[in-house]
Amino acid sequence: MRGRIALGLTVLVLALLPLVPIGIPVVFTGDFTTPGTLQVLASALVLAAVAMSYDVVFGYTGLLSFGHALPFALGAYGTNLLMIHVGLDYPIAIGVMLLGHGVLAVLVGSLALRTAGVAFAMVTLAFAEAFALLVLSDPLRILGGEEGLPIASERVPDLFRGVVNTQNIYWLALALAVFTFLVAHRVVSSRAGRVFEAIRENEKRVEMMGLRPFPFKLAAFTISSTLAALAGSVYLLVVRGANAGITTPDFTLAILVMVVLGGAGKLWGAAIGGFVYGILTLRLSAVATSDAIDALPGWLSGPLSEPLFVLGVLFILLVLFAPGGLSSLRLRLRGA
Amino acid sequence: MSSFVLYTVTGLGLAGLYFLLASGLSLIFGLMSVLNLAHGAFFAAGGYAAWWVMDSFDTVPAEPRFLLAVVAAGAVGAVAGALVERGLIRRLYGSHVRQILLTIGLGMAAVALMGGWFTYNPRLMDQPAWFGATTQLVGANIPNSRLLILAVAIVMLVALMAFLRGTRHGLIIRAGVENPSMARALGVDVARSFTIVFALGGLLAGIGGALGAVYFNGISPSLGTTQLIFAFIVVVIGGLGSVPGTAVAAVLVALTQIYVNNYVATGLGSIAVVVLLAVVLLVRPQGLLGKVQP
Amino acid sequence: MTAVEVTDLHVWRGQAHILHGVTLTVPEHGVTALLGRNGVGKTTTLLAMMGLLPGQGSIRFGDTELLGTPTHLVARQGIGYVPEDREIFSTLTVAENLRLAERPGVEHRYDLVYDLFPVLKERLRQSAGTLSGGQQQMLSLARSILNPNRLLLIDEPTKGLAPIVIEHVVEALVHATSDTTVLLVEQNLWVASQLAKHAVVLDHGTVTYAGEMRTLADDPALAGRHLGVEVR
Repeated sequence: MRGRIALGLTVLVLALLPLVPIGIPVVFTGDFTTPGTLQVLASALVLAAVAMSYDVVFGYTGLLSFGHALPFALGAYGTNLLMIHVGLDYPIAIGVMLLGHGVLAVLVGSLALRTAGVAFAMVTLAFAEAFALLVLSDPLRILGGEEGLPIASERVPDLFRGVVNTQNIYWLALALAVFTFLVAHRVVSSRAGRVFEAIRENEKRVEMMGLRPFPFKLAAFTISSTLAALAGSVYLLVVRGANAGITTPDFTLAILVMVVLGGAGKLWGAAIGGFVYGILTLRLSAVATSDAIDALPGWLSGPLSEPLFVLGVLFILLVLFAPGGLSSLRLRLRGA
Repeated sequence: MSSFVLYTVTGLGLAGLYFLLASGLSLIFGLMSVLNLAHGAFFAAGGYAAWWVMDSFDTVPAEPRFLLAVVAAGAVGAVAGALVERGLIRRLYGSHVRQILLTIGLGMAAVALMGGWFTYNPRLMDQPAWFGATTQLVGANIPNSRLLILAVAIVMLVALMAFLRGTRHGLIIRAGVENPSMARALGVDVARSFTIVFALGGLLAGIGGALGAVYFNGISPSLGTTQLIFAFIVVVIGGLGSVPGTAVAAVLVALTQIYVNNYVATGLGSIAVVVLLAVVLLVRPQGLLGKVQP
Repeated sequence: MTAVEVTDLHVWRGQAHILHGVTLTVPEHGVTALLGRNGVGKTTTLLAMMGLLPGQGSIRFGDTELLGTPTHLVARQGIGYVPEDREIFSTLTVAENLRLAERPGVEHRYDLVYDLFPVLKERLRQSAGTLSGGQQQMLSLARSILNPNRLLLIDEPTKGLAPIVIEHVVEALVHATSDTTVLLVEQNLWVASQLAKHAVVLDHGTVTYAGEMRTLADDPALAGRHLGVEVR
């Protein structure tokens, strides 16, 4: 019950944020009503959603997939391509994309899950890498290559068009995060979810209980992918395009970092990890050009203005001293 | 015909780079079950060390300077590897997942560190003049740099095999890759070999980085990371923990990449490699020469 | 004189509680057979002694507490281990397998090894993975007697071997174990009765019999009760 109240309050606060003319200086350029700040927050919310989706397959089921960028990128690129070349409107494009992606996820999953452990990580990485290379080399000249693929704005509902409607996009991102949480939560608390966790702990024992792990692993994989693809389609709207950066292995590892950062195996932990990661990567360079960091000697200020350096070090410290992620730190504080 | 020779030698040169990067990875995973995702950072660090030597000692003639650069690259890699193992990895003994996660964070931070220090623009490295010249081989004009890389890789392969086959440390590593518990039951302190293997991996990757700066005409912080994907594919195809397997797989992967890029279509080479990986995994998951995973 | 003193040993494998407070002594000099049906915890006991499994309780070897000691240090106490599945290094040659087993600071009794197992001397450069089952078993045993160990932990040395090979192994074991203490796990009761003076029987993780092997062998009813089979 406490959890539900906390969730409700958090969502309420986040929902009301765009109406609050307060800001956080240095971290954000404007207060919470400004489009710039809202866009950053919206991105962070989308990342929270994708982190939660990854938590289902990694945190709960224990499948170390190095290819989670793939469904996310497919969601963004797929939806955009359907809008551009098939002329579908945004909501319909999402629906069609999800259908197509679902089939693909089952196929890829069935193939990849024939391996386990490191080999599984490698296969998923390979698939993601293949797509990244496909986007970069862009043989059919429809994917935009390195420059990315701007969104087909004419297919976007008026509600979300234009800088003036950034608020609505923010709320869409929030709705996505909440939706993802609810779906993921439903899944992991179900009987199937218990099996996911059992598979993570000891797959042999699951077999001895008379269950076949494969269908469950495939289900976790597919659900996880689908939620990521959905997040990708919203991300498309938030950043107004699909870019090659979200196809890279770096990004797929970043998703892993997000989840572990926040706390694997706890949905709200993953959400926090994704959100913090988003804010950090988008805003750290701004903080870094602030006077405080500028005053430091070059060899220090250089790396400190690199978000990935700060994140990397933070991540290392967490893995060494607080493997439960940021969320475990909070629990500790609360208990102390 | 001459282009075939050119592609083949270029491919073998690339294979040399892959081997240098992949062999360390393979040993580290084979012995310690650690997927070292920071390995690309060792590569880049070696590349920058080499670049720095070439840049700073410009009064020294190019050839001995380059030799010094390669040695420096190897040394930097080895030290980095040893420090990472002793200082970080060792603290997470027993949890492979956390060790992998640590290397992910480390790789991220190390690349960003180099980016902060050197910027992300590729730095061109001074090279001996004859690297850029070509040699006539079977009717084709082969860039000397490719031949050099191949030569260095072969030397390192031979040296590595000699170490593994001819020294007690090498014996311990080979046994530990197959069955670390039994090695311990014989009184062998396998953990001490972990540092050696990490240092060895760093050494090889560092040298790879110095040569990579030659092959790719410049060093950038993320160079190691982009090549790391291929290195991992080589490791998996060759068989985790098998140095001969890594050598064979490196040749297979590099030649596939170069041939497809040049005879089919540019850009498809990497995809062909990925397909190759998928095929190997489905048909023979333990790789060409690897042991069956427990 | 006791070589090994085990007190109230509890060992878990995963969630399963295998040893429920095992207490036994292994007398110095001579062979003690560790018997019992499949799954009662015989191998688990040896693994705990070698430090390959954690446990609670106490395992004293002379002045040293073995429980909690890292495996390689246990081995360096002068304890040789011959595991159930031989576990020779298949990618190494016979010679390399033996060389790896050489512990620093003690003599390496190659003469004894070649005397007992001449077939190994013939195949020094052969890859150990290509040896027959019996030859691999001999290599595994050879590794444990190469150094003059004070204690040998031997797990089912005759498992899966042809009768002729079993005889050879038993013969070799009689010679090899004459000057040291041995704890021998065996399912083959004939082998156990040939080699062992003392016997300890495990059932469901505790000791149910500790005494002379002879007594167990001569009393079919006793053997039947503890082991479920006759000693032929």
